Amino acid sequence: MYNKNNTLFIYCVFYFAFLYIPVLLLPIFSFNDSFHMVFPLKGFTFDWYIQMWNKSRLHQALFNSIKVGIIASVVSTFIALFAAKAFTRYKVKFHGLSYGAILLPFIIPEIIIAVALIVIWTSMGLKLGLIPVTISHILFCTPFCMLILISRMEGFDKSLEEASMDLGENSFWTFWRVTFPLLLPGIIASLLLAFVISFDEFILAFFLSSSDQTLPIYMWSQLRFPKKFPHILALGAIIIIVTSLIVMTAYWLRNLGQGKKKDFSIGI
Amino acid sequence: MSIKNYIKIKNLSKSFGDVEVLKNINLEVEEGEFFSLLGPSGCGKTTLLRILAGFEYPSEGEVFFDDTNVTSLPPNLRPSNMVFQNYAIFPHINVQRNIEFGLRKENLSKDEMQQRVENALKMVQLEGYENRYSNQLSGGQRQRIALARALVKQPKVLLLDEPLGALDKKLREEMQIELRNLQKSLGITFIFVTHDQEEAMTMSDRIAVMDEGNILQVSPPKEIYHNPKNKFVSQFIGNINILGAKIKSVSNENLLIEVDCFGSIQLKNYQQIIENDRINIAIRPEEITISKISDSNYDYNFQGNVKNISFYGESTYFYVQLNNSDKILMVSKNETKEPFSENDNCFVNFSSNNLKIIKD
Repeated sequence: MYNKNNTLFIYCVFYFAFLYIPVLLLPIFSFNDSFHMVFPLKGFTFDWYIQMWNKSRLHQALFNSIKVGIIASVVSTFIALFAAKAFTRYKVKFHGLSYGAILLPFIIPEIIIAVALIVIWTSMGLKLGLIPVTISHILFCTPFCMLILISRMEGFDKSLEEASMDLGENSFWTFWRVTFPLLLPGIIASLLLAFVISFDEFILAFFLSSSDQTLPIYMWSQLRFPKKFPHILALGAIIIIVTSLIVMTAYWLRNLGQGKKKDFSIGI
Repeated sequence: MSIKNYIKIKNLSKSFGDVEVLKNINLEVEEGEFFSLLGPSGCGKTTLLRILAGFEYPSEGEVFFDDTNVTSLPPNLRPSNMVFQNYAIFPHINVQRNIEFGLRKENLSKDEMQQRVENALKMVQLEGYENRYSNQLSGGQRQRIALARALVKQPKVLLLDEPLGALDKKLREEMQIELRNLQKSLGITFIFVTHDQEEAMTMSDRIAVMDEGNILQVSPPKEIYHNPKNKFVSQFIGNINILGAKIKSVSNENLLIEVDCFGSIQLKNYQQIIENDRINIAIRPEEITISKISDSNYDYNFQGNVKNISFYGESTYFYVQLNNSDKILMVSKNETKEPFSENDNCFVNFSSNNLKIIKD
């Protein structure tokens, strides 16, 4: 693309380099035939990918992470959806205070939440594992989902819901025929964001997971053994590609079926 | 044929917190009537319409549709439909599905549904727009779709919340005539909220003029124009000169008054009861003529000076400062046979039977 403004162009180059070069090192070294992440590259190999493929503990950790991520994102989006409706459509008592209270997990350091949860969970005599991890992720993701959905709700015209009521629908059908489809891009954004947050969350999982490792915990545990390290690079490369695909799918979904000019942005 | 009152509003009040937006409203609207709620913004007209639609519930009082008490019915159970100020066309579905939206419960066959949608689109002259989305329509088209979507439900009452407010003047005038014709041919009751007095005048069978939560007058347009009940109504509907005056003497049906800027004036055949000796005298600009020499066809002639001239095409307004007074009179003329320019001396002429006494 031709750009008259050279300063801006150079700035952009540096900006993207700063953002992406460290990340791109992972895929590059994942094909490097050496245990050590140093230049010059030694030779090309698929060994690390094959090694990764054969690790059953990795498969288990990946499966755990996906399970936790899906449950956490669905539940927290569900909670946030109705909370967002209440906040934007009804007169909530102590509006500011309750709003602040819901967003509080945002500000409280994760480690504090982790310590609090482990104390409560163990003092109730319950076993650590994926269940407390999932619950903690729901707790942690809900404020993010709330923010997305509240901004989405505020951006849409209340008279659309009134029009639906006026045309004979009760509030249940109004929700499903008008509110939900109009919020759908926001809901998808909320699901994706919550899933991504849960998928790479470390501290809560570290405290609460016990022997049921999630993927970040597994990766961390492998760092201690230099010989086991390179297949983590292969794993990282795959995660980068999958994440990019998810984001692209989200954009594609956003434009699907809508008029071209329509802005149903996934925007957070 | 006796015409029945379809909508009845009894002793209705509405408060939001400490603010009383509607104060003891009583109103009856006939079946098949084009009825306008007219008033400045904040007068409560939209709240009253929203109470009729069921979006707000009154703090006190009752609403009847066809002798059925609907006060606490939600909007989906009322035989009324609404055209929203911003049209509220659902952006995620096309025109066809927007119009079908309200027909879900009627269990129509596909053909019947299609027929209803086609008829509705024909009614608003937008055949062939079934597959468009809201963002592919102009303001005027959206307005028509909103109308079609409401009318396809075959409501008993159509509620319109300033539906022409966002359109440009020419389109607005076309839509006024179209809406009026549509209402006549369908014969359903229209309740039309507007702050535009011209709009209300041209379209309505009757107008309710509202201010600060009260209905000040309910009359047909001509009646409101020629016999406004008070100062607010007279000033809100059209232009008018309001002059302060004092009563000097009353004899039989003749009244001698002292108008601040005119001096003594005799009013004949005066029947209204006067409570106060300070009164307001009103006269419309078109009931005064302007001339270079005094016109003996009129009872009263006063000298003045033309301060400003506003040309509106079909009429011209002259702002005349009377000699020996700082009062400026508005005078309108349909044609300008006698061309005046600013600062010309002139005569203003009128007859005493055009002067009306108006309450505060």
